Amino acid sequence: MSQNTATELAPKKIKDGDAWYPTSQRDMFVVRQLVTKDFKLKYRRSVLGIAWSVLNPLLMMLVQAAVFTRLMVRSDTSIPNFPIYLILGNTAWSLMSDATRQGMESIIHAQSLLKKVRINRWVFPVQKVLFAVVNYTFSLAAVAVVMAAFGWTLSPWALLLPLGVLYLTIFCIGLSLLLSSLAVFFRDVIHLWGVVLTAWMYLTPLFYSVSILPDWMASIMRFNPMYLYITFIRRILLWKMAPGLLVHGGCIGFALLMLGIGYAVFRKTEDRFILFI
Amino acid sequence: MPNEIIHANEPGSIVVDDVTMTFNIAKEQFNSLKEYFIALTRHELKFKPFHALKNVSFTIEPGESVGLVGTNGSGKSTMLKIIAGVLSPSEGRVEVNGNIAPLIELGAGFDRELTARENIYLNGALLGYRKEFIDENFDRIVEFAELQNFMDMPLKNYSSGMVARIAFSIATITEPDLLIVDEALSVGDKFFREKCERRINELVNSKNVTVLFVSHSVDQVKRVCDRCIWIEKGDLRMDGPAKEVADAYANMKR
Repeated sequence: MSQNTATELAPKKIKDGDAWYPTSQRDMFVVRQLVTKDFKLKYRRSVLGIAWSVLNPLLMMLVQAAVFTRLMVRSDTSIPNFPIYLILGNTAWSLMSDATRQGMESIIHAQSLLKKVRINRWVFPVQKVLFAVVNYTFSLAAVAVVMAAFGWTLSPWALLLPLGVLYLTIFCIGLSLLLSSLAVFFRDVIHLWGVVLTAWMYLTPLFYSVSILPDWMASIMRFNPMYLYITFIRRILLWKMAPGLLVHGGCIGFALLMLGIGYAVFRKTEDRFILFI
Repeated sequence: MPNEIIHANEPGSIVVDDVTMTFNIAKEQFNSLKEYFIALTRHELKFKPFHALKNVSFTIEPGESVGLVGTNGSGKSTMLKIIAGVLSPSEGRVEVNGNIAPLIELGAGFDRELTARENIYLNGALLGYRKEFIDENFDRIVEFAELQNFMDMPLKNYSSGMVARIAFSIATITEPDLLIVDEALSVGDKFFREKCERRINELVNSKNVTVLFVSHSVDQVKRVCDRCIWIEKGDLRMDGPAKEVADAYANMKR
């Protein structure tokens, strides 16, 4: 084929099998491209780049450890290592808050695309959650640094970590599907969610222990999904024990429940998105 | 054909069957929960139905090139969006078979912060291209757009014409089953417009590609298309050979 003039680029008939993915396989490539895009843009023109994903949780942990160590170590002596306790909670919390914050606005931000190309709309909230998971994996390097600093060893229970992250991811996908569809119809949801996240963060034992809470609060804590996910991760990595049937079951239950609700709302409303974005 | 359901069985065929598109235009736009609930409790949620398309039916066979004409606000773009699958009709049935390359608002799927190279992959993915296919044809895409020296520049530094070049080039680098062109050719310089039209003609003449073409230029429709559909104020006014319909449209008395 001559390449001299562009019009001579003859229409090369490439049949479906060569040029296009079958419809069912397209979404994965799109999701991968979008996650890559977010990743590149997040650290473009930043000197430390990806190191921020590691530094951020480390710095946060240092501040909290400096402020709360004396308070906590006195009130709950069962915490084997407070800095590790902190960083495990913070990173898992950031995964959820980053995922839902960005997932919530994903449909609104993808408006120009949604008006142009036929594409499965769930791709956008799911992609944002997966991007948050990628960041979480990098922040695990910070966890490793802290563990190494204290000479912390891992037990075989640590192998359950991917499972815990998977549950949390499913939970976040459900929540993001729900929030992204609500945000399309009512932009207030975006502001409201900021408030909810802050309140929820204080209600989750990230930098304190559940044992300092009054009994009634401690007893409803098992209905706080984030408490369950964080407990799962802390138990296998910090206490080096089994997550426990109740916690494990709760993690799965909340993940499936949230996914079910999110999916149902999303499916019911997605055809009307285009009229509101 | 009463009661006979036609299906779009072959790649490139389109069946539009009795499609009505109704938009509920709210008398007021509610963007906050508070306003919405106040209106809801006062029973002040009023909607005015607006019919963008009224009982429109037509069938397009694979390989046809069809122009879509009509005055502004007649429902052409709504029709295109329904066929492209981004809008679902309020009533009626639309079947589209095959891979679609939409040239609607060229460059709408681009991210302005990414480089042109990265955008080609992103946009290719959105069109449904395989990664290997983009790898292999990357140079051809760049060459058709004539932007070899600008590939690693963020798209925000591009002019709208340059963006249009890349978008057009990606969408037409291979033969889709269905090419949707929505006044895309009005951007870009004269030379590139001509080149695009030549490329569209190539695709039309190959008879492998169904082309759906919206243009305000009656001459362009006559040049590119065999058949023309005229939608006026949501109604299908006329459907027939391009020259006949385009002339009727051009001579319409306002």
